[in-house]
Amino acid sequence: MADMELTGAEIVVRCLRDEGIKHVFGYPGGAVLNIYDEIYKQKDFEHILVRHEQAAVHAADAYSRSTGQVGVAIVTSGPGATNAVTGIATAYMDSIPMVVITGQVPTAAIGQDAFQEVDTVGITRPCVKHNFLVKDVKELASTIKKAFYIAATGRPGPVVVDVPKDVTQHKCEYAYPKSVAMRSYNPTSKGHAGQIKKAAQMLLEAKRPMIYTGGGVVLGNAAGQVTELARLLGYPVTNTLMGLGGYPSPDPLFLGMLGMHGTIEANMAMQHCDVLLAVGARFDDRVVGNPKHFAKEAHRIIHIDVDPSSISKRVRVDVPIVGEVTQVLDEIIKHLKSGTEKPDQQALKAWWAQIELWRSQDCLKYDRSAAVIKPQFVVEKLYEVTGGDAYVTSDVGQHQMWAAQYYKFAKPRRWINSGGLGTMGFGLPAAMGVQMAHPGAVVACITGEGSIQMNIQELSTCKENKLPLKIILLNNGYLGMVRQWQEFFYEERYAESYMSSLPDFVKLAEAYGHVGMMIEKPEDVEPALRDAFGKYKDRLVFLNFLTDPRENVFPMIPAGKGLSEMILV
Amino acid sequence: MRHIISLMMENEAGALSRVAGLFSARGYNIESLTVAPTEDATLSRMTIVTRGSDDVIEQITKQLNKLIDIVKVQDLTDGSHIERELMLVKVRASGEIREEMKRMVDIFRGHILDVSDKTYTIELTGPGTKLDAFLAAIDPAAILETVRTGASGIGRGDRIMKI
Repeated sequence: MADMELTGAEIVVRCLRDEGIKHVFGYPGGAVLNIYDEIYKQKDFEHILVRHEQAAVHAADAYSRSTGQVGVAIVTSGPGATNAVTGIATAYMDSIPMVVITGQVPTAAIGQDAFQEVDTVGITRPCVKHNFLVKDVKELASTIKKAFYIAATGRPGPVVVDVPKDVTQHKCEYAYPKSVAMRSYNPTSKGHAGQIKKAAQMLLEAKRPMIYTGGGVVLGNAAGQVTELARLLGYPVTNTLMGLGGYPSPDPLFLGMLGMHGTIEANMAMQHCDVLLAVGARFDDRVVGNPKHFAKEAHRIIHIDVDPSSISKRVRVDVPIVGEVTQVLDEIIKHLKSGTEKPDQQALKAWWAQIELWRSQDCLKYDRSAAVIKPQFVVEKLYEVTGGDAYVTSDVGQHQMWAAQYYKFAKPRRWINSGGLGTMGFGLPAAMGVQMAHPGAVVACITGEGSIQMNIQELSTCKENKLPLKIILLNNGYLGMVRQWQEFFYEERYAESYMSSLPDFVKLAEAYGHVGMMIEKPEDVEPALRDAFGKYKDRLVFLNFLTDPRENVFPMIPAGKGLSEMILV
Repeated sequence: MRHIISLMMENEAGALSRVAGLFSARGYNIESLTVAPTEDATLSRMTIVTRGSDDVIEQITKQLNKLIDIVKVQDLTDGSHIERELMLVKVRASGEIREEMKRMVDIFRGHILDVSDKTYTIELTGPGTKLDAFLAAIDPAAILETVRTGASGIGRGDRIMKI
């Protein structure tokens, strides 16, 4: 075997096998026919045929989000690659490790405006961590190895490998490299010892401390460290939208999510703290609002991140620490435990008293006696019925915020959403990826009637693979978040945010071979959910909840305003 | 403030477009950019002249470092350095200004590379400001064509950029 030459297509498949890949999401086409022929002949991994390339990439992305492994998608050239771009950009914005293999026209045809030709490397360049065009079969295996290495290390991200059709036919000897050394790419893993010491000292000196963690804690598997550190010091914690599950939400130290739709207590504590520990978070516009307003308060900031370019990008920090969050937090905890110094308990008590005052405003309250179904109520019931232990994917809009606010995530990698790019249509294919990775797990997709229609065709993929997802459609008849902004900022001119003709979602679900339910009254919410997760637990159930069309997401900080300028219920 | 940034990068297809794409995507400005392979054929050396506040320059160097193909980034403006630019100028050189033009070239230590009855083609190297000064010193109506390379830079003394 060792001396046998393999074709490029065989090499692609062997590389995936040798990388330990178990699931690949994709869609065949002309340029990848050779690769698909080899996929047909092997048994090492399962290929999931989607109905649109965007869904393949979202599924691979969510597969990665829920497992920590690198997701893999294969698409063909031209429209296959352009359809994949939204998925790639989604993964890039949220730093998800993924390898996307795209077919390309034969090398001799590149640049000739050939059938199904696009400049994939050019189109994807701004939304990948890196990409490659493989022009020589001898470089195929080493390039795929590099792609996996780059995707998974440092600040993770998607990597595209563009493979021309003739390269999949050419032959060469195959050896999968065991390791990669690149002089141009050596991400920092260990934090600077001096800075770590300074950070530990600064944390101890805090009178009004705050811990703010983001997606980096989830991706870096540092939830355990964050929890240990917060409990060791007794300091309050908030998570970003991407960071939910990084600290157990039901815990009293947890102040909820912060940012545009964050809680009063999280946002006010963020604004008024004197020492802020930021971990794997990037102070983005939806989190701190206007950085000028944020910087007005005199706080000292410690920022731990694996990506140096995330530090001091929007907000100046005092103690930057570049490194892997687990390693840095372990070191900080070691310092704190080895010293005798303790935080100022009196100051901490006063700070917590202030926080409890903010918390007592109960900013997530809503009308529980309404005759119509409140969307928040559905999420709360979903939390109860699933015992808080489901994988929850979401699309983008109001339902996404309600899911984030009311489903109290206790573990990392359970909350799967497109935070950075905000991609409607993400939820359903993401749920497919999660269910493929965790066949026995409970997976729910919280969505809206706008978002679900952006990748509704995947109901067919779910049928083919018998995926027992539960689709929780919070159907308010509007593109709810657009409607909310129009109500608040455009004097209720609801331009194109109402869809007057929606499909009968029950019949639609049935047409695809699934179970459909329509729920119109608050008292029917829980029984319907119990049926979906009980009686129909092995089926995909599409639950169409008709919810209050005028409900808004509160609190809300208008774009460009500061953290203390919230609009409340 | 004006900064001159030096890069060593893998001599790969598309590496230049990654740098150019980064500048346009993030709204950084490029005053000039020069690139060519080095004595080690696997490496290219690039010099970028840009302008921005300290925060912007910090982000530019960090974002450049993040590009996978880039091996090394150095802001030459951080220390003392030398920068040179080459300019070729075709000027009208007929009649009485022909002598005058020759003198100006000598004063600026340029060379006349090509001569016709009516024109001189002049080569001039130096910092960008010197090239500007030359163009300002001669009669604007005499300038027929100019081409400039943009600055190349290198550290002074023992300051070395190598991998």
